[in-house]
Amino acid sequence: MKIVVLVKHVPDAQFERHLSGPGHTVDRSESILSELDEYALEAALQISEANGGEKGGNTVIALTMGADGASNSIKKSLQIGASEGYHLSDPALAGSDAAATSLALAAAIQRIAQDGPVDLVIGGMASTDGETSLVPAQLAERLGWAYVGHAKSLDVNGATVAASREVDGFAETLEASLPAVVSVTDQINEPRYPNFKGIIAAKRKKTHPLALGDLGLEAASVGAAGSLTVLEDAQERPARTQGTIITDEGDAGIKLVEFLAAEKLI
Amino acid sequence: MAHVLAVITSPDGALKKNQRELLTLGRGLGDVSVALIGDDAAATEAATYGAAVTYTAPAAVSALGGSARAAFVAEAVSRSGADVVLLENGVAAKELAASLGVKLNAGVVTDVVSLSTDGAATKSVLAGSYTTVARARTAVAVYTVKAHAVEPSEAPVEGRTEAIDLPESAYGAAARITSREAKPATGRPDLADARIVVAGGRGVDGDFGPVEELADLLGAAVGASRVATDNGWIGHDSQVGQTGVVVSPQLYISAGISGAIQQKAGMQTAQVIVAINTDEDAPVFEIADFGIVGDLFTVLPQASEEIRRRRG
Ligand SMILES: Cc1cc2nc3c(=O)[nH]c(=O)nc-3n(C[C@H](O)[C@H](O)[C@H](O)COP(=O)(O)OP(=O)(O)OC[C@H]3O[C@@H](n4cnc5c(N)ncnc54)[C@H](O)[C@@H]3O)c2cc1C
Repeated sequence: MKIVVLVKHVPDAQFERHLSGPGHTVDRSESILSELDEYALEAALQISEANGGEKGGNTVIALTMGADGASNSIKKSLQIGASEGYHLSDPALAGSDAAATSLALAAAIQRIAQDGPVDLVIGGMASTDGETSLVPAQLAERLGWAYVGHAKSLDVNGATVAASREVDGFAETLEASLPAVVSVTDQINEPRYPNFKGIIAAKRKKTHPLALGDLGLEAASVGAAGSLTVLEDAQERPARTQGTIITDEGDAGIKLVEFLAAEKLI
Repeated sequence: MAHVLAVITSPDGALKKNQRELLTLGRGLGDVSVALIGDDAAATEAATYGAAVTYTAPAAVSALGGSARAAFVAEAVSRSGADVVLLENGVAAKELAASLGVKLNAGVVTDVVSLSTDGAATKSVLAGSYTTVARARTAVAVYTVKAHAVEPSEAPVEGRTEAIDLPESAYGAAARITSREAKPATGRPDLADARIVVAGGRGVDGDFGPVEELADLLGAAVGASRVATDNGWIGHDSQVGQTGVVVSPQLYISAGISGAIQQKAGMQTAQVIVAINTDEDAPVFEIADFGIVGDLFTVLPQASEEIRRRRG
């Protein structure tokens, strides 16, 4: 099987995150591999291993789209266990919304598939910066493949993928024929960490650079120019400040009700 | 004036509150019609909220994933001439919106909290740290709208239904839903829409009793941290946070929760935050309007008792 994992280089949520510039784009200094994509990578590695791993003819490919720094997310994916990486980078991609991102990723996957068919694409349930969950579904639509979102378990057998999920107040099971695009939640597994062996092995693994020209895409169809939405305005919310903190002296429950009453909340 | 198509999924033929909100919001923008997936009985109620035409989906669509649903909605867009499509903000609605955006080459804006007549959509991003205005630049615009965007109100019209039939080939490579089970109703408000949320974390140590007691007195939804749901003390659908439900209630009461970044991401836009934690250094206190350093097993029951006393 050939599995492509979508990995995104996102601002680390442990620090303050900012929008900047005329297009209000996300400031990408202090970025890391999105923690939600680690679950996707782990799911891909488990499927590969269950089918005999690399020796059994399985490959797990980490694909990212992003500026230079995003190569760090590919590097980490290789250290964790991916077999190779593809890094799509082009100045014209800056400011892409979900539509433009999925267009570029679809072209990248078609390019990867030229060297042998791709069976499955796995992504995280959302990016931790844009948080729209749109990209995997739009990618599936562009490729003409089935889409299964928010899986908390995956079962791949030859020609189909089955998944269970809990969404919108329902517990569902879904089934799709391969090739398919899947997104997974943090319920699905415990991602592994890169170990020493993995870090050494990663040095020998290949990362293939991709630019728009390699994909036959026009600059105008991606980036801010090709995006179907615009961010017109962004206002930073004042940070929350600490209010009154009391230590319970036996009457804190009563003080809590007094607070709620004063705030007209009860 | 816009022509709005509201997408409504109603397996049991009744509209939920946020679906009535979608119709009310749509009416404020222009003429409204409905693309209905599920029981046709919902068409009557849709007309009560102003939908002149309800397009009903082929039965097969209910058991298929977002791209098949989007094929139906795309047909309804073309028949109605809609230039604005409104959907709910859940996982299934976003999947549909995503596919629809590609099919119609339409811009999609998710998590919309308010929408102006000229198409400017307000939403918050980066876990509530920015409020932004986004807009679709395309002939058709697709928005997924969060609960409480407007107060639902009736405006009955003479509605009619129009069945849309699609050839099997229109569904493309959609996933099939092979089983579907509604989670048992709790009798409490929906977490995503609730005006008050009382949430418990590792500190409840398996016993949500005091959290539930206070929640029921306040008419609140019960929320939880990931540690509480991972331990199986409460269902995963109660998880608040980055990978759970994002809530924006008037009041969020956090009990026995440390306030990790992923938990804060789901609740920090609450209007008022109350925190009860035994550890005075818990990060949740940094954002609490009222914090109590104390044991939730004494503070919560005392608060419940005091509320009952005041109510006589
Ligand atoms: C990718 C990813 C996604 C995540 N998504 C989410 C998410 O959506 N939601 C979420 O919540 N977490 C999420 N987490 C987990 C998050 O990082 C924290 O681990 C989690 O929120 C901690 O839960 P907690 O506060 O209940 O537990 P702890 O951090 O263990 O805190 C328990 C707190 O309870 C206090 N306490 C103990 N006993 C009492 C008592 N009797 N009375 C009062 N206080 C008491 C303690 O002082 C402590 O502060 C995610 C993590 C990752 C890596």
